Amino acid sequence: MLLAAGTLALGACQRAVLNPAGDIALQQRNIIYASTGLMLLIIVPVLILIVVFAWHYRATNRAATYDPDFHHSASLELFIWSAPLLIIICLGALTWSSTHLLDPFRPIDKVAGQALDPKVRPLHIQVVSLDWKWLFIYPEQGIATVNELALPVNRAVRFDITSTNMMNTFYAPTLAGMIYAMPGMQSTLHAVLNRPGEYEGFSANYSGAGFSDMRFKLRGMDQAGFDRWVTEAKGSRRSLATADYLALVRPSEKVPAMRFATVQPGLFDRIVNRCAIPGTPCMKDVMAHDGAGGGMMPPANGSIPAPGAKPDGALFKRPHDIAPGPNVTKPRQPGAPGTTDPASPRNRDLSQRFPMTATLQA
Amino acid sequence: MDSVTTTAFPADEPIFYLTDADEHGAGATMLGFWIYLMSDALIFATLFATFGVLSTSYAGGPSPREIFELPLVALNTALLLVSSITYGMAMIEMESGRIRAVQAWLAVTALFGFAFVGVELHEFAGLIAEGATPQRSAFLSAFFTLVATHGLHVTFGLVWIAVMLVQVGQRGLIEENKRRLMCLGMFWHLLDVVWIGVFTFVYLLGVLR
Amino acid sequence: MSETLLKIIFGRLSWESFPIHEPILLITFAVVVTLGAVVVGAVTKFGLWAWLWRDWFTSVDHKKIGIMYIILGIVMLLRGFADALMMRAQQAIAFGANQGYLNSHHYDQIFTAHGTIMIFFVAIPLIVGLVNFVMPLQIGARDVAFPYLNNLSFWLTVAGALLTMVSLFVGEFSRAGWLNYVPVSNLQNSPDTGPDYYLWALQIAGVGTTLSSINMVTTIIKMRAPGMTMMKMPVFCWTALCSNVLAIAIFPVLTGAFALLLLDRNVGTNFFTNDLGGNPMMYWNLVWIWGHPEVYVLVLPVFGIYSEITATFSGKPLFGYSSMVYATVVITILSYLVWLHHFFTMGSGASVNSFFGIATMVIAIPTGAKIFNWLFTMYRGQIRFELPMMWVVAFMLTFVVGGMTGVLLAVPPADFVLHNSLFLVAHFHNVIIGGVVFGLFAGMTYWFPKAFGFKLDPFWGKVAFWGWVVGYWIAWTPIYIVGLMGTTRRVHHFDDPTLQPWFIIAAIGALIILIGILGFVMSIVMGIVRREQYRDLTGDPWGGRTLEWSTSSPPPAYNFAFTPVVHKLDAWHDMKARGHQRPTGGYRRIHMPRNTGAGVIISALALALGFGMVWYIWWLAAVSFVALLAVAIGHSFNYDRDYFIPPDEVARAERTDLAPVGA
Repeated sequence: MLLAAGTLALGACQRAVLNPAGDIALQQRNIIYASTGLMLLIIVPVLILIVVFAWHYRATNRAATYDPDFHHSASLELFIWSAPLLIIICLGALTWSSTHLLDPFRPIDKVAGQALDPKVRPLHIQVVSLDWKWLFIYPEQGIATVNELALPVNRAVRFDITSTNMMNTFYAPTLAGMIYAMPGMQSTLHAVLNRPGEYEGFSANYSGAGFSDMRFKLRGMDQAGFDRWVTEAKGSRRSLATADYLALVRPSEKVPAMRFATVQPGLFDRIVNRCAIPGTPCMKDVMAHDGAGGGMMPPANGSIPAPGAKPDGALFKRPHDIAPGPNVTKPRQPGAPGTTDPASPRNRDLSQRFPMTATLQA
Repeated sequence: MDSVTTTAFPADEPIFYLTDADEHGAGATMLGFWIYLMSDALIFATLFATFGVLSTSYAGGPSPREIFELPLVALNTALLLVSSITYGMAMIEMESGRIRAVQAWLAVTALFGFAFVGVELHEFAGLIAEGATPQRSAFLSAFFTLVATHGLHVTFGLVWIAVMLVQVGQRGLIEENKRRLMCLGMFWHLLDVVWIGVFTFVYLLGVLR
Repeated sequence: MSETLLKIIFGRLSWESFPIHEPILLITFAVVVTLGAVVVGAVTKFGLWAWLWRDWFTSVDHKKIGIMYIILGIVMLLRGFADALMMRAQQAIAFGANQGYLNSHHYDQIFTAHGTIMIFFVAIPLIVGLVNFVMPLQIGARDVAFPYLNNLSFWLTVAGALLTMVSLFVGEFSRAGWLNYVPVSNLQNSPDTGPDYYLWALQIAGVGTTLSSINMVTTIIKMRAPGMTMMKMPVFCWTALCSNVLAIAIFPVLTGAFALLLLDRNVGTNFFTNDLGGNPMMYWNLVWIWGHPEVYVLVLPVFGIYSEITATFSGKPLFGYSSMVYATVVITILSYLVWLHHFFTMGSGASVNSFFGIATMVIAIPTGAKIFNWLFTMYRGQIRFELPMMWVVAFMLTFVVGGMTGVLLAVPPADFVLHNSLFLVAHFHNVIIGGVVFGLFAGMTYWFPKAFGFKLDPFWGKVAFWGWVVGYWIAWTPIYIVGLMGTTRRVHHFDDPTLQPWFIIAAIGALIILIGILGFVMSIVMGIVRREQYRDLTGDPWGGRTLEWSTSSPPPAYNFAFTPVVHKLDAWHDMKARGHQRPTGGYRRIHMPRNTGAGVIISALALALGFGMVWYIWWLAAVSFVALLAVAIGHSFNYDRDYFIPPDEVARAERTDLAPVGA
């Protein structure tokens, strides 16, 4: 009922989830339709029966049979357990196969029914969620962007995704389902865009003050257009060396799209390994050392923050180090400086003390 | 409407109310306390699971082999196991109603408990002096939390023993006090069981791998 | 006075901690203070303090504690719903250039507080309250197994609720979502008081809930009337049993997870940090191992309520009693195996995701069976559409849709596009409002005459009903739709103006729900005003089937002068059918627990302890902790905990309380 109404309302609009431009998102939409249809097979009769029984067996209807001892029927009970069971068996089969087929880690072999040439490697893009903006690194092209993601249509893409501090999800509804961006970890998403156009992408997991505006533009273009776009980006005056990255990583909100002509090689790897700040040891080295002793569990997250970056536990603060606990819900002054002054406290309400800020200011 | 039901009457009129005085809920305290212990065991289970996940996350810090002193831990294990036996002695004396003997065994149990906590504090002090603090790595956080939670339970048990010593002294082995001693006993033995888990999974496995 | 000394005395509390610059909070504060002053003044003027303290606050009577839980739940519902209205208003206007009237800092606190309060301080107290009131009556017991513990559990819940309310006016509440997610709630990212308020409030209330569950399970296992075997127990007691067993199995995990986060924040350990080996995902796993079963902790007793009401108002026994019991048990077990479906998108791999997805769907089978059971209870019945039954039908129609969208979300590829969307938010409001809330209103309407001896006002009850049902659909259908458009949750400002009409409709729906809430309050007020008109002297106003209807309304302190003996399911119906009359003489003395103030005092100290820890006022925390232990130990030295009601007093009570029952 509801979904039907919703679908009707959406029919006219070009909406990302139900009318996606990417093959993966399209298959996911089809699964929504298929499973909804499967469930409606039982939901609709139940809804009708509720209304019919409630109406027919009302106390004022003297024509209805009243059987005050009817409380058991083996055949009915068999039916009421087996009917949902059958639906769930079908749905379970659909779930098992579609979950494996649409596993974000699985490389794409077909686009719109057409097998892809296995020799063409997917376009590789590295995605980093910063507080509160998206950094996209194109390692093969040697460029990077903030809050702007350009993709050539009909070409498989492999996203490697991580985060610097908060947990976000990387989500462009028109392209494919979402996947978490987590600090110190790398997740992967394979996707493909099939229609040129301009779309929205964002974080779908709440991550603090700047979360609502943590959006990026997704531009789908043909290969020639994409090449032009890369050339344009290479013409940008900005570059992403270590110092630029450390400035960028500081929390900021409503960041406009930016393009960087060059990226320091291996930046993504060092972000994943939490050693983007010069002088901090890389997680994989620490864990290689840790893992030497063996053990049941592989070591994880063994990164070491910069000195002084980790706050003391409250109980270990000396009295004069206790910061007051203000109430800061009052409306902000308009016009937060954003990237023009990334360190400004007016950029954020979350009184974040990210290690990199501390190091840079020192 | 109610009269429509067509239940066959049994030949003799059934009893619908107990007309003599009744007490139901006998043994409820023991069951309730046992359920509480299970919920406490689940907190330990959570801490064990956390320790399992973090047990090799040394973050470049010390590993179990470098910091654990098995002989000290073995001594501690012995102290706690013996204290369970002495508590059992107190319970046997309780059955025969000897107040003095119960108090004496409780005091002995408390002594072993004190020794256990003392050794544990000594171990912690040593670790912290070496720089193996709970803040150093996730492994150490999980280790200190699990072991100290057990230690806090033992400390709480010691307070409880002290209270029972006074209460048994004041009122003797009345029904309420016997019930409390039984509950305290279950609590004390559970701590033993948990400690055996700690000894095996934290210390032995930590040093052996 | 030196800065250091001030910090030692007041911790991080300072003038800045009070939101004197914030008009919304100032007005709220003024209203709360005024209302509070009126209530306190009235209580003082009529000299009711002694009565309140003696007969209510220190009472160990499960019925009074149940009623107090329900009052707490209703009061907190008003707070939680005020948050909801603020969110709806913000989302209805904050488009494009308009930033709305709340900044993200404030908005984030509101959605966190809304979720936290609605689950922990509305749904749980209302359900615990109903179970407390009804279950001992249904099993023919005189009280719960541990009456004093019951009082303590209630006041600990109150202390948690109070600490949450204090955060409104002193400092701030958490901004990390209703489960206080790391990394947002880490010390690094939220050094403020918010997460501490959250953690201490819920730790204190959580202890209360765990103790209450232990109490209820022990009561059901040990204190059933003679003859009431497990399979002759009313369905509501079965669902209460399963719900409380589940709560005992999950609350320790939540307590553990919160304790670890508190250690991270207070000691500087590395459980959930991003560095030094910490693992934020572990927090997500732990809180959802609590979080998903919690849904069933809430909904199972409500399924029991629907079962009781459907049977009573259809004039028939419940269809498929044993299959209902098995369904409840199956749901209880399965609910522990599905938590990972809350983060399919974390990338656990296809096989793990499929397992948890299918396990989630399997829960739909026993739930579906329950729906059919209610359906066939109505079949060949004579359904009287009084208010409780109206809620049942509205529930069935609403909940089925929520169940369907839930199964849809359990399909991982669908979840990959719908996770964290407003579709998900609409889904869980669909099952929680359409399932839990409707059921609570049904239950409160159904058992109100048992508790007070008169029915709620039916006109205002119908206003409440239609306000909630119509309001629910108008408020949440647009949210389903914008969710399908790919709109995500917890957003305080939108760029896309085409979404705005949907949010305006949703805000209107929320206002209609407000009518429903006010209607319910009015149905209580008007019920009290016209109580003589709605008075029920029989003790059995609806033609009930279970034992709670066999005693007077309100029941005497001891519930039953004689313990009932059970021969069949629906014991009271059985007695009525066989024309049994209660004995009216030969009373014996009745053993009863004595009231105690220890629960109130311990909870007040727990509140002080929590406040001290939140604000780093270490001396306050230490003093209240020591005092708390001292009071608890001191209480254990009080052996004089019970008394006997003499037979002549019982006889007097039975004569004044009871008109002929079961006529």
